[in-house]
Amino acid sequence: MPQTVVEVRNLTKRFERVTAVHEISFEIYQGEILGILGPNGAGKTTTIQMLLGVTTPTSGQIRIFGLDLGRHREEILGRVNFSSTYVSLPQSLTVRENLRVFAQLYQVRNFREKIDHLLSVFEILHLRDTVTRKLSTGQLTRVSLVKALLNDPKILFLDEPTASLDPDIADKTRSLLKSIRAQSGLTILYTSHNMKEMEEMSDRIIFLNKGRIISTGTPDEIMKRFQGEDLEEVFLKVARGKAGLT
Amino acid sequence: MKLHRILALVNRHLMLYKRSPQRMMEIIYWPLLDLLVWGFITLYLARYKEGLPAFVTFFLGALILWDILFRAQQGICISFLEEIWSRNLLNLFVSPLRVGEFLSATMLVSIIKVIGAAIMTVGLAYLLYSFNLFIIGLSLIPFVLNLVVTGWAVGIFTTAIILRFGQEAEVLAWGLAFLFQPVSAVFYPVSVLPPFLQTIAHGIPASHVFEGMRAVIETKAFPLNELIWAAGLNVVYLVGAILFFNVMFRIVKMKGLLVRVGE
Repeated sequence: MPQTVVEVRNLTKRFERVTAVHEISFEIYQGEILGILGPNGAGKTTTIQMLLGVTTPTSGQIRIFGLDLGRHREEILGRVNFSSTYVSLPQSLTVRENLRVFAQLYQVRNFREKIDHLLSVFEILHLRDTVTRKLSTGQLTRVSLVKALLNDPKILFLDEPTASLDPDIADKTRSLLKSIRAQSGLTILYTSHNMKEMEEMSDRIIFLNKGRIISTGTPDEIMKRFQGEDLEEVFLKVARGKAGLT
Repeated sequence: MKLHRILALVNRHLMLYKRSPQRMMEIIYWPLLDLLVWGFITLYLARYKEGLPAFVTFFLGALILWDILFRAQQGICISFLEEIWSRNLLNLFVSPLRVGEFLSATMLVSIIKVIGAAIMTVGLAYLLYSFNLFIIGLSLIPFVLNLVVTGWAVGIFTTAIILRFGQEAEVLAWGLAFLFQPVSAVFYPVSVLPPFLQTIAHGIPASHVFEGMRAVIETKAFPLNELIWAAGLNVVYLVGAILFFNVMFRIVKMKGLLVRVGE
């Protein structure tokens, strides 16, 4: 039985009259890629924000590495990292300068070598002295992924990491993440609106709708349960309120 | 508090100034313009200085010292706004960075900016107007430190409001310090204010600094009483501002607004 690295119990988040997340419970096991799927407003981003400690839950419990997130924030956040298309980096600094700041923040040893190594892995070593402002969206996304891997995280939270990448780079990025997972046992929590990507990447999927978990399982199990040919069909059924569970 | 995290952020801002020289405007351009315009006005008015000794010292000294307070406040606010403008705030707060470390870094950046602006204005005042700020003597140092702390308190308070209410409140970063200027007795003594404003002025640390500075110039005696008042009030306001920031940070996390600051 793989070790549980994230344990969420009865997690709820209310914003005034809206309940964004309603008493959800789940676990993430070491080395697995867990996809969170759901239409806009399903509660995916709010869930990730609570797991990263930047949004306070209304109720419920989050334990990461067996530690309570509220009480051990600093210790936990030093061992995880995050990347999102919707977050950027200081535009006036070069790629290397930006990464150096985060290496210092996470107290990364031998950070020069580490930065160069990760830039090579993501095939952007030649951009290390480029000012971030001059990067294409796809290049910036890869720099953000390098930043997210600087501290050798045990868990990586990725909020739509390939949303702005062309199919070729997106495919390479997915392969890289899977290869890093295979080598290091990295655990990944993943959100994406690309259903094909979710099928390809996720060992297990949590399907959220209106703040509630409506299904959980492998992509195949979910497709079977919702009688869909693929995840996209399942997604459309749920988003349009036509989902029928078997 | 971890020093390496504080230094990482300080380093980030220093690199920003190296990479983006136009940002030096806030340290060079505005203080320079202030000094030129008000400096020449002071020289002009000094021709008619009947009954007001050391007019140039009063006025130029006050101008330079007010700029120190303003730059200290700006140092905090601009450092925070830089993170919002670059959509980097979330990257910072999903790291182990603590609020206290973040504020400490902005205070250090603020000191560096104050030193830069002060060297330039003091030097130029000497070159252009033969005005030597150091004639006020060593007593200047504790008063200047108090002005920096007042700037920090205003800066942290302003930043907390921007954090809570978003970029719509950004204008406060440039305007809030000036709200206190009329009652800070920068260019005139507290005694010229109407009684109710005098009461308010006594609660402003900067007014004690400027009153103290005038006392030094006039009497050459060290106004310990004013310094104690300024320091005491500063402790209260700085602690209050830090607590206020922490409360706002907690509210922002409760409302899930941290990811939206800057939208």
